[in-house]
Amino acid sequence: MAMTDTNPGGMTVSDEVAIEIRNMNKWYGQFHVLRDIDLTVQRGERIVICGPSGSGKSTLIRCINALEEHQQGSIVVDGVPLSSDLKNIDKIRSEVGMCFQHFNLFPHLTILENCTLAPIWVRKTPKKEAEETAMYFLEKVKIPDQANKYPGQLSGGQQQRVAIARSLCMKPRIMLFDEPTSALDPEMIKEVLDTMIQLAEEGMTMLCVTHEMGFARQVANRVIFMDAGQIVEQNAPEPFFTSPQNDRTKLFLSQILGH
Amino acid sequence: MSDAHAHSVAFVRDSEIPPAPPPAAETGVVKWMRENLFSGVVNTIMTVIGVFIIFYLLSGLIPWIVNGTWEGASIRDCREVLQGNGGGCFAVLRERWAQLLFGFQYPSELYWRPTLAFALLFLAVPPVLFFKLPRWMLVFTALYPFVAFWLIWGGTAITPIFLLLAFVAAFFAFKEGEKRFGFVAGLAIGLVAFAIVAFIGDFVASEEPGWLRITSVPSREMGGFMLNMILGLVCVSLSIPIGIVLALGRQSRLPIVKGFCVVFIEFVRGVPLITLLFVANVVLAYFLPPGTNFDLIVRVIIMITMFSSAYIAEVIRGGLAALPKGQYEAADSLGLDYPQAMRLIILPQALKISIPGIVNVAVGLFKDTTLVSVISMFDLVGMIRGPILSSTAWVGVYWELWAAACVLFFVVCYGISQYSQWLERQLRTDHR
Repeated sequence: MAMTDTNPGGMTVSDEVAIEIRNMNKWYGQFHVLRDIDLTVQRGERIVICGPSGSGKSTLIRCINALEEHQQGSIVVDGVPLSSDLKNIDKIRSEVGMCFQHFNLFPHLTILENCTLAPIWVRKTPKKEAEETAMYFLEKVKIPDQANKYPGQLSGGQQQRVAIARSLCMKPRIMLFDEPTSALDPEMIKEVLDTMIQLAEEGMTMLCVTHEMGFARQVANRVIFMDAGQIVEQNAPEPFFTSPQNDRTKLFLSQILGH
Repeated sequence: MSDAHAHSVAFVRDSEIPPAPPPAAETGVVKWMRENLFSGVVNTIMTVIGVFIIFYLLSGLIPWIVNGTWEGASIRDCREVLQGNGGGCFAVLRERWAQLLFGFQYPSELYWRPTLAFALLFLAVPPVLFFKLPRWMLVFTALYPFVAFWLIWGGTAITPIFLLLAFVAAFFAFKEGEKRFGFVAGLAIGLVAFAIVAFIGDFVASEEPGWLRITSVPSREMGGFMLNMILGLVCVSLSIPIGIVLALGRQSRLPIVKGFCVVFIEFVRGVPLITLLFVANVVLAYFLPPGTNFDLIVRVIIMITMFSSAYIAEVIRGGLAALPKGQYEAADSLGLDYPQAMRLIILPQALKISIPGIVNVAVGLFKDTTLVSVISMFDLVGMIRGPILSSTAWVGVYWELWAAACVLFFVVCYGISQYSQWLERQLRTDHR
């Protein structure tokens, strides 16, 4: 598998392992959602996971910060094994940022409070410092002037960028994106993708479940295709898109790129 | 637009349409009346009938109020003054006002004490209700229960002071314990600290019963609207936090906690409040060790609080269920632990959704405090039904007394309802 960087931006990937998943299996009742998942993510790597709906891609990244429990196998995040120990889970969650399809901002708090809440309560950062950090990241996602509004007053794209800023305020070492642009109007997808590209250029380790193939080509070092709970194919973006090997992959790509 | 244009489909706008004001509103009283009251034959008939009903009601009510008399010492005096002119005998309110408010046993030279406690209420409650007031004013709220207790029941000041100290000690013990050993251990440490200080207080009070002593009034002498206010306030302020805990417990993944909460809620909701009050009055004494004198008001407070906290728990459970799952996940994914996620993210939103339901329960509870009259406590209703209406001077003065009771309750309940609507407007941040 190609581990060298294929992107023009000169983004580097270190040898250090960020996430290691071994023989991971998950069931919903009797239904076998994830089957024998093996995945190693290097620090600084940017991985795009795609696949038809119901293939388990969201479930996979939700297992990484224990929003879903897995029943078999091991997941090690940043050297910390994911077990049922609550201390470990909270530690991993505070190191791993997550963005959701529906943003999940806290509607009763202002944008600024959304961003400072976790640093103040989890990291015990002084309020003033947390606010400065929050403003820094809000400027980075280009919405510092909305800081004192409530989420309900912002557009979808703005809300998703706030959600990214909120995760960044915890200074995570890994970012997970669960279909971050699927709930957005086409006009707003670009502003969110631009923010994610900027993040990638700064060397953040990223796992994105997305159908934005343009984004995958531009940013990813590796594209993973999942179907029926298994990793069917993974490769660097160019060979993945130009010469897919598995029949399911070919069919999937022809369906989403074909129109 | 010319005919040539009308046939073509292609269209390019070359100038923007400027925004225009809506057509001049058709206003005026006559217009409004014609549209809303006399817009058709049926509507006109309805309007006439409605006006007639209002007129009929007012024609009885207004003379009753305007012609009524406030002078006199008995119903016979009233009859003499009124000479059958349809006026009300409001003299009873004037003569028995103090009894309606404080009951017939509370020492009259001490009326100033509950009155002062009531006045202080207006210092203690606003900081909780209006969060724009400075936060240090919450000190009044924190001190109020102890001051009010001392003023109304009297006795040595040592008891309320040590009770207050016990709460303070419990709070700091909890803070320290939570920081070092976690939430649950913190709670346990807090409870122990509370018990220790309360025990010391008990001891000191029995050694020094004369210290800062004011005349003490036993619970059985409490009565009138004061009793309704005491029961209502105490039970509402206790049952909201207990209801929150029960609602969270019912969602818990720990089977014992969940089981306890479910059984408690379902049992209490399945039993009439009156039954619980009879239990408080009679049966509870059997379960207590002989010789313990467990205050009747405390027993009633426990029962009403249990009852309303079960209802509030169900209302809050509705609010919790209405929150999208994403809120829990977002809180989890940021690394907040369970107490933090609940306190900062989940409960503020769930409680906001639950406000109408909670207020509904609170208003109902306040009115249900009149049920204590059936276990021979002389609250407002008990006073009217018992000592006042059965006295020879005022036998048969129903309308005036019950109307007064209605007005007293209505003022409080309508105030609560108005506050809750204001609060909902204040908390609206979703801009839908």
